[in-house]
Parts: sequence; structure tokens; C-alpha cells
Amino acid sequence: MEILLAFLIGGLYAAGFYLVLGRSIGKLIVGLVLLGQAANLLIFTAGGLTRAHPPIVPEGALEAQPPFADPIPQALILTAIVIGFGVLAFALVLVDRTFQRVGTYDTDDMTSTDA
Amino acid sequence: MTGLFTAVFSGFLLAAVAPWVHRLAPRRSGWILASLPLALTAYFVLHIGPIAEGAAFRAGFSWIPFLGIRLSFLLDGLSLLFCLLITGIGTLVVVYSGGYLKGHPELGRFHAYLLMFMASMLGVVLSDNAIALFVFWELTSLSSFFLIGFDHERAAARAAALQALLVTGLGGLALMAGLLLMGRIYGSLELSRMMAEGSGPLQSNPLFLPILILVLAGAFTKSAQFPFHIWLPNAMEAPAPVSAYLHAATMVKAGVYLVARVNPLFAGSPFWFWMLVGAGGVTMLLGACLAMVETDLKRILAYSTVSALGTLTLLLGLDTIRATEAALAFLLVHGLYKGALFLTAGAVDHGAGSRNVAELGGLRRAMPITALAAGLAALSMAGIPPFFGFVGKETIYQAVLGSSAARGLVTSAALLANLLFVAIGLIVGIRPFIGALKETPQHPHEAPVDLWIGPLLLGAIGLAAGLVPGAVGHDFVLRAASVVMDRTTETHFSLWHGWNTAVALSLVTFAAGLTVFAARHPLSRGFARVSGALAPVGPARGYFRILDGTIGMARGVTRVFQSGYLNRYLLFVLFTTVGLAGYTLFFRARLSWPEEVLHVRFYEAGLVAVMLVAALTAIRSRARLVTVIALGVVGYGVSLLFLFFGAPDLAMTQILVETLTVILFVLIFYRLPQVIVLSRSAGMRLLDASIALACGGLMTALVLTAVRVQWRPSIASYFSEHSLSLAKGHNIVNVILVDFRGFDTLGEITVLSAAGIGVYGLLKLRSGRGEAP
Repeated sequence: MEILLAFLIGGLYAAGFYLVLGRSIGKLIVGLVLLGQAANLLIFTAGGLTRAHPPIVPEGALEAQPPFADPIPQALILTAIVIGFGVLAFALVLVDRTFQRVGTYDTDDMTSTDA
Repeated sequence: MTGLFTAVFSGFLLAAVAPWVHRLAPRRSGWILASLPLALTAYFVLHIGPIAEGAAFRAGFSWIPFLGIRLSFLLDGLSLLFCLLITGIGTLVVVYSGGYLKGHPELGRFHAYLLMFMASMLGVVLSDNAIALFVFWELTSLSSFFLIGFDHERAAARAAALQALLVTGLGGLALMAGLLLMGRIYGSLELSRMMAEGSGPLQSNPLFLPILILVLAGAFTKSAQFPFHIWLPNAMEAPAPVSAYLHAATMVKAGVYLVARVNPLFAGSPFWFWMLVGAGGVTMLLGACLAMVETDLKRILAYSTVSALGTLTLLLGLDTIRATEAALAFLLVHGLYKGALFLTAGAVDHGAGSRNVAELGGLRRAMPITALAAGLAALSMAGIPPFFGFVGKETIYQAVLGSSAARGLVTSAALLANLLFVAIGLIVGIRPFIGALKETPQHPHEAPVDLWIGPLLLGAIGLAAGLVPGAVGHDFVLRAASVVMDRTTETHFSLWHGWNTAVALSLVTFAAGLTVFAARHPLSRGFARVSGALAPVGPARGYFRILDGTIGMARGVTRVFQSGYLNRYLLFVLFTTVGLAGYTLFFRARLSWPEEVLHVRFYEAGLVAVMLVAALTAIRSRARLVTVIALGVVGYGVSLLFLFFGAPDLAMTQILVETLTVILFVLIFYRLPQVIVLSRSAGMRLLDASIALACGGLMTALVLTAVRVQWRPSIASYFSEHSLSLAKGHNIVNVILVDFRGFDTLGEITVLSAAGIGVYGLLKLRSGRGEAP
């Protein structure tokens, strides 16, 4: 399963990088989202996979019984998802504003700092 | 001995407040500020006696202990000679500046730079630690930069300042490298510690030659030796007191000082001998010849200074007792007469409005005191008895006659330079004041007392020292020479040694010098023709070629890397990442196929396939809605994976966020124009795709490597144990977020709020300012 996920992560990264290299600024945002997803999955996979055992202390027990999924990558990813969303929202509005301002959708036209 | 610290740092302190002092007393600021250099002169004069008896004074404290850098000062015979020159001439120059720049709106700033220079220069000659010496050394370069560029509204002054800074600054860096290497060899950065060990460790080291070249690069750039002499004549853009002080009497001697200071470590090596004698000899002759070409008083003096610096380097290279004494005596002589001549040149410029020797004549009646000062200095420069210049010249002749190698060549060179000096001395110090009065741009008038007191005193000292050469020699030259040679000497200095070869050479020098003076016009034209013919291959042109080349290269690099195209920036970043990280991953970490911990289930394989297809669709699709849906598929797929592998919280969050993302995308994308086909050429797309695939491959390899590394025991057990007992929560992930790592979550909330405010701001901005222009 790790090998399969490794290729999925590689594929998502490749797709994300290809999109941010492109000219369309809308696709650039899509690429950023894909890169975020890939990064989350990378942390998740690199932390070790455990099937169907969430890190939860059962009722009546004092601690979780192994095997259980590692909670630390999960805590990190949870933060990353939320932050990623915040950045995405900002980026989207920024793209919208940029388009209103400079009237182009093409990153190749945005070569100077003056609008 | 805190006195030495006070001596060095009081200058910096006064420099810091000098502009305010000037504001309080604008008419008298030169006299007021000169009290510090005067006090320092007195302080150093008090040390003459003990040091002539062989004492040395030290002070030091730890500066950067873990690097072995101490701020340590050493006052011995050599430093004392320089200290007296620096503070003594400094006093007169500060007074002179007050008069020379009277009414100048930036005079306060000028005083500050001048005092900063004085303090730095004292630091150079007093530092016993190599790093401290380097720091002060660069501080003198910096203050020289400020002073040359003082009249910063003129482009020529700015260019000259930059040239001086670049040449001496680069030399300073070479010097630092040399000093650090020496520090490694000796295990200490203290110069006195190195001297105690002797030259053995250094000269037997395989790095000896590189170190020698680095140290000499520092000395030669600072002391304007060929081919680095080009900056000094251009530095004449500075006001006259700066030329007199920095670029004649003191700063340009720092290189000579350095050579003298480290001489015990390098002496005996043939490289040391030939580098110093060669560069010094060439510089000595070149400077004297070029001085004959110039017509501007200050430029003539500048080239003759270059020549004098060459003489000093040559003499130190000869490395005999007599040559070292000659060098130090000439150093003193030159500081006195050249300082005076620069100051009188400034006074003439001030009084008559011109510095062109062809336009000046007969000024003695209008400017009698200046004429007297200039005459005294010029006679010392020409080496007429009983001036101290005569003693200096005699000693030089004795030294070159005693040279161990190339005696004939060195003696002829010295003779040639000296007879040109006679002519130059007459041209700048005598000629403008005698003969018929010439028409000058300004009605000539005598300079105020501030302007004549300095040169007159310097000229008088040059005469007085010549009258008591034995005392001056004993108190200043011999102690300094014994430091340079690392053994004591007891030579006697006197005006008259009886009939010998040196006296004969002196007579030849006067006669030939007078002839050259008489024939100066045709001679100057001849030199000008030769130097004009050589200009295209000369170092002055070379400097600009290197400068332009560097700027051109920087421009080229900037054009490639700072293209403004996002695509190109990313390509560089990604290419570098793939190259470096890929190299490490494939060649350093043993890349191998990991063991599968979990077997793939069919629905998982199906999900992964769907996600990859969706990612591909997001790339290929031209329709916005399809792209958004494809993105959604990938996102929901990720949340399903989280769900399968024991992360229900992640799955839930991801589903929520994904839903919001899709809504946001739809909202924004519908504001953008419908169909835009933006694609690059097939070649560019192929490049993008291959870089993207390489990055993807790298990340795959990274995951495959990372999953093999599992830390057992994981710190997860800590959270498992304490989640319920300490934080009263069953869901460990939640407990980590809100309790164990609560501050992280606070930070996360802050970031979200900032993003929210940003979004709000951008939206408000639109409604507030209307549509795009």
C-alpha cells in the first residue's frame, strides 16, 4: 500500500508542479491545492500507515491499545489542512483582484511589479 | 595601560559629536576639535623617552574570546613613529580644515570623517592583533572613501571615492585572508606572539608563498604600488587637507607600515626581496615620471607621493639595517614635506583660485607666509642641506649602495627618482612663488592663519630636524628600525659624513635636478607622449575594464535569474531541488524498495486510480467547472484515504474544507472570463512536464525512503498514556491539538484570522475604490 501511495503522491506532486508552471493563474491555484494535498498525504504515509485503528482511548481503558494510528502526523496534517484552506481563500481573492486590476489571466504577462 | 585605548577610541567618540561641536562654534570648530589630536600628540611625545630606552607599552582585553580575537594594542618604536605622524599632522590638518572649508555647510560632517580616520589609523598602527588590525585597516579605507567623496554632488569625486574603496577594500580582503592563514600557522592572531616564534614556522609552511602574496596585495593596494597606484592620483578629488593627511602623510603609509611590521616574519625570502624591490622600484620611477607630466599642483604631488611610496617599499625590501633606517627616516621626511606641500597647494588654490602650475607665478608678494612654508618644504623635498630631507636622501644613497643584489640598477633608479624629486620640489614649492606675477582667476591674497600655520610648522620641523639629525635619528628612527629588523641598531645620523659616494651622488642629483627643472617643458611633453601611447594597456584602463566586466556579468546573471516570469523562477527552483535532493537521495541514501506493511485492497487501488485520473483531468480540462470537479474528486479521495487508515478527524475536516473549497472556486471562477486558452509551445510544455515529472518522481522516491524509517518507540505512546489521565480526552488527536500543542492551534487560528482579514480587505478594496482603472 505504501508503494501505491508513494506513486499517488508523486503523481499529485507532478500534476501540481505542472499546473503552477503553466500560464493560467487560475490553474496555478488548482496546482497549489494539489501540492497541498500531496504534502498532507506525504506526511501521512511517511508517518506509517495503520489500517482502521484511530488513535482513540476506548471507553473504560486508561490508554489506547496498540496497534493504533500515530496521532502526531494526524495532528500536524489537521493544522495543515486548515491553514491550507486559509491560504487558498486568500489566494483566490487575490487572483480575482489581480484580474480586476491588471486585466490578464496570464502569468507570462505579469512580469513587473507595477500594475 | 588604559591610555592606549583612550588614545584610539577618543577619536571615534569625538567624531561622533563633531557635527554638534561644529554647530555650537562654526567659526572656531577647527581649533576646538584640534585639541584632541594635540593632546594625543603630547601623550605620545611623553613616550619618546621610555621607548628610545627600549620600553614597549601594551594594553589588551578579550574581544571575541572563542575566535581568539583580542583587542590588543602595542606601542613600540615603530608604532610611536607613526602615532606621532598621525596625531601631529592630524592636529595641523584639523585646524587647516576649519579654515579651508570655512562656511561649507557640511564642515561638521567633514570633521567627523577626519577624526574617525585619525582614530582608525591610530588603531592600525597600534593593533597587535591581526583581526583588530584588519578592522582598523578597513575603517581607514572607509573614512578615505567618505573623504574623497566628500563633495558627493560631483560625479568625478564619487567615481574616485569608489575606485579608492574598491582597490583598497579588495586588497584589505586579501590581507585578511593572509593574516588568518598566518594565524592558523602560528596558532595565535597576536602579531607579537608570531614575532616571538620567529619566521621559521611561516617560511617552512607550503602556504608561505600564497600568504606572502595575500599580505603584499593588501600592502600594495593601500600604499598605491604599481599597478594599484591608479587610485591615488584620482583621490585628489578630495579637499586639500584630506590629500595632505590621508593620501600623503599617513593612510597610504599603512601598507608600508604593514610591510615593516611583518618584515621579521618574511625577511630572508627571495620572493619578499624581489616583490618589494621590484614593485617598489617600478612604482618609484613611474610615479616620478608621471608627476612630470601633470600640470595640476595636487596631481603632481600625488604622483610624487606614489613615487615616494615606491621608494619606501624598495628600501624595506633591501632588508639591510641601513635601508630600513633610510626608509623610516624618509617616511618622516616625506610626511613632513609632502603634508606641507599639499596644504600650501590648498592655500594657493584658496588664495589665487588656480592649481595649474602654468598659471601660477610671483605669488611671494601676495602670499609671503605660504611661500615661506612651501619653500621650506620644497627644499626638504629636494634634499638640500641642512634640511632633514638631505639626511634622508644621504641615508637612501648609503642604503642602495649597500644593496645585496642588483646594486647598480637599484642605485641608478634611486638617483633618477631623486633628481626628478629635486625638479618636482622646485616646480610645486618654488616656481609658483617666484618670477613675475601671473594673472590668476582670483586676485591673490594671503591665506588666514589656519591655512598657513600647518604648512609653516611642518616646513620648520623639516628644517629643525635636519639641524639635530642625531637626536631625531636616535629617538625615532633607530627604535623603529630595530622593531622592523628585530635587532637593535646604533647607527649615528648626521648631516655630514665626510666625502663619500653618497655625497657625490647628492651633488649629481642637485645638478641633474636643476637641469631637469630647466628642461621640464620638453621633458614633460616627452613623458606625456610615452604615457599616452601606453595608456590603452595601462592599469587605469584595466580597472574600468574589470569594473565594466563585473557589472556586465551581474547584469547578465540578473537578466537570467530575475526575468520576471514566474515560470522561469519556478523552473530554476525546481531544477535545483531535483538536482541536489535527487543526487543526495540516489547516491547517498541507499534507495531500495520498501517492504509492504499493508497489502493493497481492490477498492483502495481503484480510489488511487480515480484520483490520478482526476488530477490529470484538472490539468487537461479547459472548462472551469470540470477543473473544479476534478479538484473536488482528488480532495474527497484524500479524505477517504484518511478514513481508511485510522484518521477520522482528518477525513471529516478534509470533507468540510473540500466542500468549502469547491464553493469558493465556483464563486471566484465564475467572475473570471469564460474560455481562455493559455498554452505554451510544445517544447516549453515538454520542459514543464519533464521537470514536473522529475519532481513527482523525486517525491515518490522520498516517500519510499521515508516509510522505511520508523522510529520505535514512537513518542505516540506518551500521548496515548497521558491523553486521558492528564487531559481528560479520549480522542488523542483532538487532545494534542487543543491541549498538548494548544499554542500551535492558537497560532493556526491567528493565521486563519489574518487570511480572513486579508480576504475581507481585498473585497472591500474593490467596492471602495471602484473597478479597475
